[in-house]
Amino acid sequence: MSLKKHILDLRKRKEQVQKGGGDKAIEKQAAMGKMTARERVLALVDKDSFTEYDLFVEHTARDFGMDKKQLHGDGVIIGTGTIYGAPICIFAQDFTVAGGSLGLMHARKITKIMDHALKMRVPLLGINDSGGARIQEGVNSLAGYGEIFYRNTLASGVIPQLSVILGPCAGGAVYSPALTDFVFVVENISKMFITGPGVIESVLGEKISMEDLGGARVHAEITGNAHFFADTEADCFEQIKKLVTFIPWNNSKKAKAFPPKPSKYKGKIEDLIPSDPKTPYDVRDVIKAIVDDSDFFEIQELWAANIVIGFGRLNGETVGFVANQPMVLAGVLDCDSSDKAARFIRYCDAFNIPIVTLEDMPGYLPGVDQEHAGVIRHGAKVLYAYSEATVPKVTVILRKAYGGGYIAMNSRHLGADFMFAWPMAEIAVMGPEGAANIIFKKEIDEAEDKDAMRALKVEEYKEKFANPYVAAAKGYIDSVIEPNETRELLLHAIEVSANKDDHRPAKKHGIPPF
Amino acid sequence: MSTKKTEGLVDFAILSMKYKTKLTKKFENRTQYEAPNPDHIMSYIPGTIVEMFVKEGQEVKEGESLLILEAMKMRNQIAMPRDGKVKSIKVVEGDRIPKNHLMVEIE
Repeated sequence: MSLKKHILDLRKRKEQVQKGGGDKAIEKQAAMGKMTARERVLALVDKDSFTEYDLFVEHTARDFGMDKKQLHGDGVIIGTGTIYGAPICIFAQDFTVAGGSLGLMHARKITKIMDHALKMRVPLLGINDSGGARIQEGVNSLAGYGEIFYRNTLASGVIPQLSVILGPCAGGAVYSPALTDFVFVVENISKMFITGPGVIESVLGEKISMEDLGGARVHAEITGNAHFFADTEADCFEQIKKLVTFIPWNNSKKAKAFPPKPSKYKGKIEDLIPSDPKTPYDVRDVIKAIVDDSDFFEIQELWAANIVIGFGRLNGETVGFVANQPMVLAGVLDCDSSDKAARFIRYCDAFNIPIVTLEDMPGYLPGVDQEHAGVIRHGAKVLYAYSEATVPKVTVILRKAYGGGYIAMNSRHLGADFMFAWPMAEIAVMGPEGAANIIFKKEIDEAEDKDAMRALKVEEYKEKFANPYVAAAKGYIDSVIEPNETRELLLHAIEVSANKDDHRPAKKHGIPPF
Repeated sequence: MSTKKTEGLVDFAILSMKYKTKLTKKFENRTQYEAPNPDHIMSYIPGTIVEMFVKEGQEVKEGESLLILEAMKMRNQIAMPRDGKVKSIKVVEGDRIPKNHLMVEIE
């Protein structure tokens, strides 16, 4: 063959394999409202940046007539590309090829790109769209999953790992996304569960639709398994691209700095907050008033909304925000919000992202269900995560910090580098009413007009303790600040802690209250 | 936007303070705690009643089998927790029941 012929032959082979499961299967995929794996990869990465590996890999199964079947690329596309110029390793399961089922070679391709990502210290992105284990390949298929989970764990905290659920992801397959840092789901397309509706009905007699059991909304709102929810695949890809701009390539780097921009909010920041600690407001408005360009990228917006987490920039640098949300459940900490905050704090710490905590916190959610669900061990995760974190940690107490919540929300006592409080902040062991009822019980009980006495004592307590100055007098608060100074002081805090060098005792690893 | 932000605000008590706030679906759907009744034999796992060994009114000794609740391919023997009498039986053989379902009342 002449060189020219060889090249033409290669092109022909490529063209054939790139069709995946063929025209019919592609039509079916489109009928389900889904893009093909190849379309997805190309939509995500910068134009002409995708380089595919292992295009010509074939499966090795010999049983059940599999030896007569050809599965192009064995149902998964792997390769490298860039997103806004930043390198990324990608795998995308191809549902048009044997339902994206995972066999030995399919798994080998995935682990190959994972090893590559870890070695090159670049982020890994996995697009999941698979019917599950390839039954014909038996234990080889299970081995494949295990080897993926193992690598997810090794890479955890070293390179960012993103999982996109764009189809079914059921049974053991769910655990790879669950081990990664961020999970993206899309309405009507994503389906995640351990046991499907069929099994649940036959074993337990419970009837439920796939969507109600493990649809996108369920994971974004109820389970907390998903971090980002989108209406369409295109929206989902925009979220992924945006997230990538906020995070570093690996744990030895900082996130790329952007040109500094002022906040778009031109009003007075204190106008965003009612002074009565019982009246709610949306703490996201405060974050937007502080961050560059008022651009706040929220994570897990729909789940455990009583705490807000996400990324913003201060003077162009990525910062992770953790904020109590008085608008939802009065901003209490409970099992879910503790899990949400703790994991995010650990993410920021692993990837050198400073943490800013905005505190407005009435305490922990009371209730039998909370206690029995283990609010003790869930709440402990927040303490653990803040104490363990060595990135710059700044707290601003906005309105109230009561009791255990004061300690948990990155207090000085857990190693905060900067503690600011607004002048209306109430820092106390509990709200004035409760405290007065206990401290002045005798006086109130003995008074003729108990209510008048109680009101008097509440006022007395408020004046004495429900302010930031008692804590400031002990140095627990570094500075009581005017709300309008908040952004400037945060910029300063981040700037002066740029070279923070803090260490923890050497250990193999801690034992966080998982 | 402004209506959205004040929509659905309710009073919400934490310790002695009452806050105005919104509730989450999960919080609203939480199950109210009920103290367990020692006379109620409840299912601890969802499953199927495959065999019933006792009748209403029957005296049963502690440890004797009341019924078999099959779940996850296991035949779970539900035993009498103490000496007593079967007051009423709330399930029949073949019933598929959820978790925490009242199966037998004893006295």
